[in-house]
Amino acid sequence: MADLSIDFCGIKSPNPFWLASAPPANSGDQVMRAFDAGWGGAVWKTLGDPIVNVSSRFGGIDYANQRMMGFNNIELITDRPLDVNFKEIYEVKKRYPMHAVIASLMTETKKDWEVLIRRAEDAGADGLELNFGCPHGMCERGMGSSVGQEPKLLAEITSWAKEFAKTPVLVKLTPNTGDIVEAGMAAIAGGGDGIALINTIKSIVGLDLDRLVPLPRVGNASTNGGYCGPAVKPIALHLLSALAREPNMIPISGIGGIANWRDAAEFIALGSTSVQVCTAVMHYGFRIVRDMIDGLSNYLDQQGMKSVNELRGRAIGAYKEWGELDLGYQVIAKIDKDKCIGCQLCVTACQDGAHQCIFAGSEDRQRPPQAHYPGLAKAPSPLPLGKIAGARVPWVDEPECVGCNLCALVCPVPNCITMEEVPSGRPHETWNDRTDQGRTRQPGGIHD
Amino acid sequence: MAITLSNERDELRLRDKKPLYSEAEARAEAERCLYCSDAPCIKACPTEIDIPTFIKQIASENVRGSAKTIFDQNILGHSCARVCPVEVLCVGSCVYTAWGREPIPIGRLQRYATETTVKGIEKGAAPLHTPKAKTGKKVALIGAGPASLACAAELTLEGHTAVIFEKRGVAGGLNTTGIAPYKLHSQDAVAEVEWVQKLGVEIRLNSEITKDTATKLLADYDAVYIGVGLGADSKLNVPGEEGQGVVGATEWIEQMKLVPGTAKTLGDVIVVGGGNTAIDVARECALLGAKSVTMVYRRSTEEMSGYKHELEGARKEGVRFLTNTQPVGVVRDEKGALKALKVAHATAGVPVAGTETEVPCELVTLAIGQSKLREIASFFDGVEIDRRGCVVADPKTGATGNAKVFAGGDCINGGKEVVNAVADGRNTARFLTAAWTAASTSSASK
Repeated sequence: MADLSIDFCGIKSPNPFWLASAPPANSGDQVMRAFDAGWGGAVWKTLGDPIVNVSSRFGGIDYANQRMMGFNNIELITDRPLDVNFKEIYEVKKRYPMHAVIASLMTETKKDWEVLIRRAEDAGADGLELNFGCPHGMCERGMGSSVGQEPKLLAEITSWAKEFAKTPVLVKLTPNTGDIVEAGMAAIAGGGDGIALINTIKSIVGLDLDRLVPLPRVGNASTNGGYCGPAVKPIALHLLSALAREPNMIPISGIGGIANWRDAAEFIALGSTSVQVCTAVMHYGFRIVRDMIDGLSNYLDQQGMKSVNELRGRAIGAYKEWGELDLGYQVIAKIDKDKCIGCQLCVTACQDGAHQCIFAGSEDRQRPPQAHYPGLAKAPSPLPLGKIAGARVPWVDEPECVGCNLCALVCPVPNCITMEEVPSGRPHETWNDRTDQGRTRQPGGIHD
Repeated sequence: MAITLSNERDELRLRDKKPLYSEAEARAEAERCLYCSDAPCIKACPTEIDIPTFIKQIASENVRGSAKTIFDQNILGHSCARVCPVEVLCVGSCVYTAWGREPIPIGRLQRYATETTVKGIEKGAAPLHTPKAKTGKKVALIGAGPASLACAAELTLEGHTAVIFEKRGVAGGLNTTGIAPYKLHSQDAVAEVEWVQKLGVEIRLNSEITKDTATKLLADYDAVYIGVGLGADSKLNVPGEEGQGVVGATEWIEQMKLVPGTAKTLGDVIVVGGGNTAIDVARECALLGAKSVTMVYRRSTEEMSGYKHELEGARKEGVRFLTNTQPVGVVRDEKGALKALKVAHATAGVPVAGTETEVPCELVTLAIGQSKLREIASFFDGVEIDRRGCVVADPKTGATGNAKVFAGGDCINGGKEVVNAVADGRNTARFLTAAWTAASTSSASK
């Protein structure tokens, strides 16, 4: 079994799976139950001067029968007294010395930061996470994402923290910013030891259409919240990757829609050292970590990797700017007639949403006026008969297929439509190659 | 006068096998629909309801719109949702079925959309339909079953006047008198009829059409629609058949559904036949507590014309099968009371002499077909009857040999599903509307 333990700029953890600073890490009782379930670490619910919360606080967006594809909250930082929180941190660390406990902190003045950091470290926290990401409620008070959106301020407060901290300092970034690299560089400039991202995205999760009030509804009104859950994973992966590509990057704790070991492996392969989870735990509980540990371990074994550290950053190099992509590469859709169930969603998707090259039925079909080649799309003869779909198996007008993937994405049957590489007859070259050679002009432009 | 439905009817002892979904159930099932393109379920529906659309409308919480989508194609969408053999129609063609996964319960979703919406309208929501301005055209319809109801409703919504003449004291045809109670109870069928009446359809009960009245209808109306269904149950023509204890299947079902006490105590029951009516009676008797139920059929189980899923249901409910067996006589005691059915082994449906045995029983129901109401055709010049006894009509339009007379439903097809009758009636109404619209447009342009 592969070694899952990590060392995050000095913070040791038995595995890369940490609870994010959020409701699941609100109390010692929860954190200890999470550690019993297998979590390697926890970033405590953000500590600062206790606040007052509203009712209600959470909103979800469902997709078909899947609840909470996206999730949003208008809850603030801890609403429990600091001395209670610190006492619980102390107890957790005493009982779980091998697990990582990181104190998320948020306050305003330099003096307050000093007090907060001293008390957190006195309680036994293994590290500190500066919450510069919360995009609701606290930012209006000059904290949270209002710091994360202001690189100078971010660097300065990070440097205050570094001045007082004996343990590693992680800077948690907000995605609500134009350039994540600028924020990351400010964290490094301020002396931060690590970066955590992403915090939630400013959002309105939906409306109560009977009352015409946004959600989550607090009486007759609502406010913007922070968006997270599976829906934000692609955004998080992008921002993580943008930072991880930077030379001399400090360790990153990846956050954003992680719900299982596959998500975690993706974050790690794009440069995360640890990953933090909130929504999936709020949805299904601490128990999800069991498969995260097991699945990641099996995956690493299958990949022949002895440690999770071998996976870290392995996919970073495969990210290229668009101009570096191979214009000669070509895939086309292949439909497995025996897996096909005949729903023909691919036909409609291709006809209405893509390049009009998938058809059904035994007749040759007229290609659309915008086709690449004139004439008819030739129906296969005889028409393929599927084991399940019979004569309803669609067919691909291969010369017209641009290899967009849409059919494979809408197909409800796993691996029924595959995108297969074919010779394109085009040279292996990139747009940048053509730019270098002055061959970027395509007919039909503004000046034609 | 209209029949009053008693609360003591035997059919009320049988509960819905597929009760109305809750909102949560309906939405969860609706969300499973793949929303197929060129969907097989639509093609499998005789009324071509846009099933993927109405299902997505349930999922988007537009239940009223969902009901409208259904009613636009099938005004009896509520009863069809409950009585259609969906296993061999829409649900049977659902791509999930061939995939080996649980298909979408289309019938139950259709019931949810239609029943919820109609109940909402009864509680004060705006009606779904507003009939168009009167055209002055009048149609008389004979028989108040699904074919005539669908035809009349469609005609009414298009602005024509539709009057249905029904010989019984109750409307709805087989929906009211013949559907297995665990699918649809009579009061729900009658409620649907009343809903159609609220659209503006007039129904005259206890109005049997004779040669004379038929002639008057032709004179008074622009068209006449024949939707009379089928006649009395066929008989075995064996010794001892006449008398107590031997009844036709549709007659028995009607009594059980409408007349209290019909099935209070059921002893050993024999059902003769292998079609869907036979299976219905057998299942009903089994569920109503018969001591035993035996289906006697002259050929093999495989050759039974009843649906496989219904046969399977009958097996599970304890119905026994006596196949390759032909009734040859009815045994009665000296007072004429039924004692047993005398049967013989049958090869290829033909009894073998010397193999006779007696099967004791207290009730024999005959489900070996129904006679055809041949006489009705003779009321109208040009209307013909085919060799089976069915009224000859164009299956697409219902047109007969008389330009003013149309026909649809069981009387032209010999006995199919409610949904086929609805399709027939609707198609005739659409045909007439198109013809009259074309005529008025061309006369206006002259």
